[in-house]
Amino acid sequence: MTPAELFSLPFMQRALLAALFTGLAAPAVGTYLVQRRLALMGDGIGHVAVTGVAIGLLTGASPTWTAVVVAVLGAVLIEVIRERGHANGDVALALLFYGGLAGGVLITGLAGQSATKLQQYLFGSITTISSGDVLITMALAALVVVVCVGLSPQLFAAAQDQEFARVVGLNVRAYNLAIAVLAAVSVTVAMRTVGLLLVSALMVVPVATAQQLTRSFRTTLGAAMVLGTLASVGGLVVSAFASYRANVQPGPTIVLLSLAGFVITWPVGIWLRHRARLREPFPSMETDQHETTDHPHVHGPECGHLAVPHGDHVDYVHDGHRHAPHEHHYDEH
Amino acid sequence: MSVIDARGLTVAIGGRPVLRGIDLHVQDGQFVALMGANGSGKSTLVRALTRLWPLTGGTAELFGTPLDRFHDWHRVGFVPQRNTAASGVPASVWEVVASGRLSRRRLLRPLSRTDREAIRDALEVVGLSRRHADRVSQLSGGQQQRVLIARALAGEPDLFFLDEPTAGVDLPNQQALADALAELKHRGATILLVAHELGPLAELVDRSVVMRDGRVAFDGEPLADHAVHDPALGDPHTHHHHAVRRGSDHAPDIRLGPGGQP
Repeated sequence: MTPAELFSLPFMQRALLAALFTGLAAPAVGTYLVQRRLALMGDGIGHVAVTGVAIGLLTGASPTWTAVVVAVLGAVLIEVIRERGHANGDVALALLFYGGLAGGVLITGLAGQSATKLQQYLFGSITTISSGDVLITMALAALVVVVCVGLSPQLFAAAQDQEFARVVGLNVRAYNLAIAVLAAVSVTVAMRTVGLLLVSALMVVPVATAQQLTRSFRTTLGAAMVLGTLASVGGLVVSAFASYRANVQPGPTIVLLSLAGFVITWPVGIWLRHRARLREPFPSMETDQHETTDHPHVHGPECGHLAVPHGDHVDYVHDGHRHAPHEHHYDEH
Repeated sequence: MSVIDARGLTVAIGGRPVLRGIDLHVQDGQFVALMGANGSGKSTLVRALTRLWPLTGGTAELFGTPLDRFHDWHRVGFVPQRNTAASGVPASVWEVVASGRLSRRRLLRPLSRTDREAIRDALEVVGLSRRHADRVSQLSGGQQQRVLIARALAGEPDLFFLDEPTAGVDLPNQQALADALAELKHRGATILLVAHELGPLAELVDRSVVMRDGRVAFDGEPLADHAVHDPALGDPHTHHHHAVRRGSDHAPDIRLGPGGQP
């Protein structure tokens, strides 16, 4: 089969649409979760959603909708436990992690369904997605993106400094709950793409990759959404071609591709931060000792040593020393 | 005009009284230093006046409006006690300062020119215009404090609450803070500053209020740093070391206060 034939298949087109929207929505919420240092919240909600899926299997209702309802309830519960200070955010998460997974497996058994049915939701099955599910995915993902981008000034402030945001007059509790609900919605959106157990990766890894390179929140948010889309669409395409030769699942491929992006940008980020630190201007303070250095080399714009402004002159960074030109020699600054 | 008007203000946290009948009246344009030992209730008073803690008794008014009916939060600037202005995701200095503008912005509206000018002006007052595109986390602690002040300033408030902005800040940065606050004072803002030690801020202060154990122990002329710890104000946190009195075995250990009262 040629690539053109593969992409003309209806199931592949549905899968590409689902991947595109999931890749945009999941990192958008993920950015706010990472900002609140709740990177694992998506994972917690994913585990709770397992129970939701199982309830759907038991009652015969659509597992997508039961997962949305149960995930939203779980997310709100995590937020309430956290806000009331009954437990730390991570303890609240742990409680729901285990409850959700155990409940899901138990109820699936009660429903007389085999583990393979549940596995579709645990690890994703984007190529079996129906057109109805694609529409739901697109609508929910669009909602998530619109809220995350449209309310970004308010959501940013509420996550950055809760107390300040309250004094500014924001309803911080409402924004916190909104983030929790949006996270639950995007977990269920991504459920079909990468699966509930890997969902958090698509929310967090693109953000972690983006922030290696960015300095502002807006570029982090934008870059994370771009990276998430590249990873999910790219992962789907890679797995589609690879599956001619071996059994390659799209869900894990998407996650591994996303992680590969992080592995590549990580050293770049370290280098960028190192460079930023070197280029930082030195504070212009009086140097009281006049320490000269015997130095045959002539520093200048072309000498290759990093020139850093220091008050009214320029220092050259040279092997961890700072050399400042002074008459016919260099001072150590 | 009275900007802050607290009468018999009481706050209890977890059933334990922290503020006990505070009366505080601050006039328009005053620079008040709120001082006292750790745990004396300074921060709680600021948090009560900004409605972060509920009052358990008494009344408080801002600009003549009772707190529970006060909605003009754009008139209030708050600089909370923080070690850092950073969070889990990179944010630029400009973005953090811009969030102070939210008290005047409506939902889903882009920044207006007035907003941008206020943000630029706020950065200029604290002397960080040139760093506006940098990551907040790359700034030093003192510079981050100045970012937090610029954030409060961006909303163009008439009343500032500053909770220990100078804690752990080196002297050059304290001086930069003092310059920024001098500019605010010059513009006619009313300032309530919580501070443990005033340092270069001392010359801006019009009035000192010293708290002790949730009560106002002194209210009047500006005090020097050392006078705040005067035993006459009952501050147990002095810099002098007294010989430790050893109580006899099982006798109750009652220490007498300055007026002979236990």
